[in-house]
Amino acid sequence: MTIKDFIDTNTFTLVNDGNNHDVELTGCYCCDLLSIAMGHAPQGCVWVTVMNNVNTLAVASLAECGCVVLACGVALDDVFLAKAAEQNITVFKTELPVFEAALKAHELL
Amino acid sequence: MSTSDSLHFQYTVSKDDFTHAGSASSDVKNKLKKMNVSAAAVRKVSIAMYEGEINMIIHAYGGTIDVDIYEDRIVMCLKDTGPGIANIEEAMQEGFSTAPADVINLGFGAGMGLPNMRNNTDEFQIESEVGVGTTVTMTVYF
Repeated sequence: MTIKDFIDTNTFTLVNDGNNHDVELTGCYCCDLLSIAMGHAPQGCVWVTVMNNVNTLAVASLAECGCVVLACGVALDDVFLAKAAEQNITVFKTELPVFEAALKAHELL
Repeated sequence: MSTSDSLHFQYTVSKDDFTHAGSASSDVKNKLKKMNVSAAAVRKVSIAMYEGEINMIIHAYGGTIDVDIYEDRIVMCLKDTGPGIANIEEAMQEGFSTAPADVINLGFGAGMGLPNMRNNTDEFQIESEVGVGTTVTMTVYF
C-alpha cells in the first residue's frame, strides 16, 4: 500500500501531506523513545507514537519512515506543523490509543 | 575523487538546541544521497551522526562535527568541549543514561545513543577526559 492509498482510507486525520504519495508502506512500528526508534524503525514504516515534538520529525526523516501517526489525541503545535511541512513528512493524528491505532494501520497494510 | 581526497564539511552544534537537532545529520544524508551512496550506508550514517548530535546537545557544552566524505567512506569526527565522560565502558552499555528528566520527556535518554553509534559504524573510537571534553570518530564504508 502506498501513502496515497493510506491517506485515501481516511482512517486517521491527515495533518500534513508530505507529498510522498508513491512511497510504499512496509509495516507498522510503535515506539516513543526516539533513540530506540532511530535505531529500529524500519524504512517506509507507519510510525505510531505519542511523542509530539519536532525531534520525532527529525527521527522520522533520518530513519526514512513512511509516515507518522500521533496517537491518543496529543496536541500538535505550530512549530511541529511547520517542521513537518518543511521536511515533507506525512503526519496523521488520531484519538485512538497507540495499540488500537497500530492495529488499524496493520490491518490496512 | 580518489580514496585519499575528501570533501570536507564542518557543523557547529549548540548545547540544548533541540529545535535544530538533526540538521547536520540531515544535510550529510542529503549530500550522500546526491552522491548515490547506497541506502543502507546512508541510513547507518544518519543514525550514527544523529545520535552524536543529540549527545552533544544533551550532555556537552556544544562542539563541532567535521565530516570528510571520500570515494569509499565517510569519516565523522565529533568534538565537544566538556564535561567529559568519567567511565566510557559504563556509558557504552545499552540502557545506561545520565540524561535529565526534561530531556527524557522529549523522548531521549533511553541509553541507546552511544550503542547506536557503535552499532551503525564500521569503525568507532571514543576518547574523553573529564573537564576537557569528548571526541568520537566514526567511519562508515560505502
